[in-house]
Amino acid sequence: MKETGTFYRRDRGWHPPPLTPQYKTSVLRSPRLAPLSLENTISELTGPVFGHDILGARDNDLIVNYAKSGEAIGPRINVYGRVLDENGRGLDGVLVEIWQANAGGRYRHKKEGYDAPLDPNFGGCGRTITDSDGRYWFRTVKPGPYPWPNRVNDWRPAHIHFSIFGHAFAQRLITQMYFEGDPMIWQCPIATGVPDREALEQLVAALDRNNSTHMDSLAYKFDIVLRGRRSTPFENKREGN
Amino acid sequence: MVQKLDHLKETPSQTAGPYIHIGATPNFSGIEGVYAQDLGKTMVGRDAKGERITIVGRVLDGLGEPLKDALIEIWQADAAGLYNSQQEKRGKADPHFTGFGRQATDYVTGEYRFETIKPGAVPFVDGRPMAPHITFWIVARGINVGLHTRMYFSDEAAANAKCPVLARLEHQRRVDSLVAQRSDKGGRATYHFDIRLQGENETVFFDI
Repeated sequence: MKETGTFYRRDRGWHPPPLTPQYKTSVLRSPRLAPLSLENTISELTGPVFGHDILGARDNDLIVNYAKSGEAIGPRINVYGRVLDENGRGLDGVLVEIWQANAGGRYRHKKEGYDAPLDPNFGGCGRTITDSDGRYWFRTVKPGPYPWPNRVNDWRPAHIHFSIFGHAFAQRLITQMYFEGDPMIWQCPIATGVPDREALEQLVAALDRNNSTHMDSLAYKFDIVLRGRRSTPFENKREGN
Repeated sequence: MVQKLDHLKETPSQTAGPYIHIGATPNFSGIEGVYAQDLGKTMVGRDAKGERITIVGRVLDGLGEPLKDALIEIWQADAAGLYNSQQEKRGKADPHFTGFGRQATDYVTGEYRFETIKPGAVPFVDGRPMAPHITFWIVARGINVGLHTRMYFSDEAAANAKCPVLARLEHQRRVDSLVAQRSDKGGRATYHFDIRLQGENETVFFDI
């Protein structure tokens, strides 16, 4: 079965709605009018292709990819998983980009307002491309929680940002990965913008003791699901599909 | 009981947050030496076919203030109307044009800028031509799910009037929110395209 069909409709009720007033910035940045529904055209069914030629050898190892005088400091972790579609099929050749705060919860960014120190050996970005089964992995340090200006004394739970390109622009997704056992996930106005508890649990990576590296790092498993596409032999293949 | 469909659910979206530049445009954000070049920075090769154009604009919030921490990605066909994608089955796109661009809005002014080419028309699902357009995807702090929209061209009025997608809009005066205005200076076209997240003249966003 070829991947040629149109995509399953995005379940907007599974995603956070545009307006989540407890996350204050969403108030002025959320569209108020209904989006225009459009069946997929060739403009949405295609998407950019990124080859391994863009990758450097250390792009997916955040402990060393910015290192100046030593390695990044913090609890060392492997983050791994698969990029799948809603049919459960692994997606190969998918560019996965991540960014995160350092172990103290500080981002290397000029607009950062938190006093925790920068780590001179940690930049905070990484990227990789999934293999033929949709697998990816990163090596990094566990990011710290940090305070942010929303309501007084709001803190973000530890998280890693993920940006994923699928096989088509209709699958484009940015999300965040949280860590198993963190009580602050359920207090976070951004995380809890996801209305369904089961949906939010989909963003919580599982601690996987079986895949820790001996005397080096713990492992967290985080699978990512992108939109699935119809692939029945009966789909009406009109021009443009 | 019936059989289970066994479909998975799409991973829920989360905001890109204020620090997306670290991951998406690290060189722009001052994190140098990790990636040789920011992804999507250069779209057009020297030998690419088509009219060179510049697109500039801002992303405006509900009070009309520009976002200074947004990231915009664009995706478009080449001059002949072919996408540089594995999913493109109609022919081979221009190898000197990527079709994909990514730019951050300026930290001070909030302006974004793309150097690209003018795309050709591509067909709608029923084979009728859609007017030339560029897909825009906008993410930023405060945007919970990335916003899809399209940019059309002010100098394609006849094609726009016949575009089956633009014809879908119940309130036709909203078409203007999708049309970039052309100006020519020094032999090069610049299209101005502001995106309004809410308020009067809110941009039409697409649920694709």
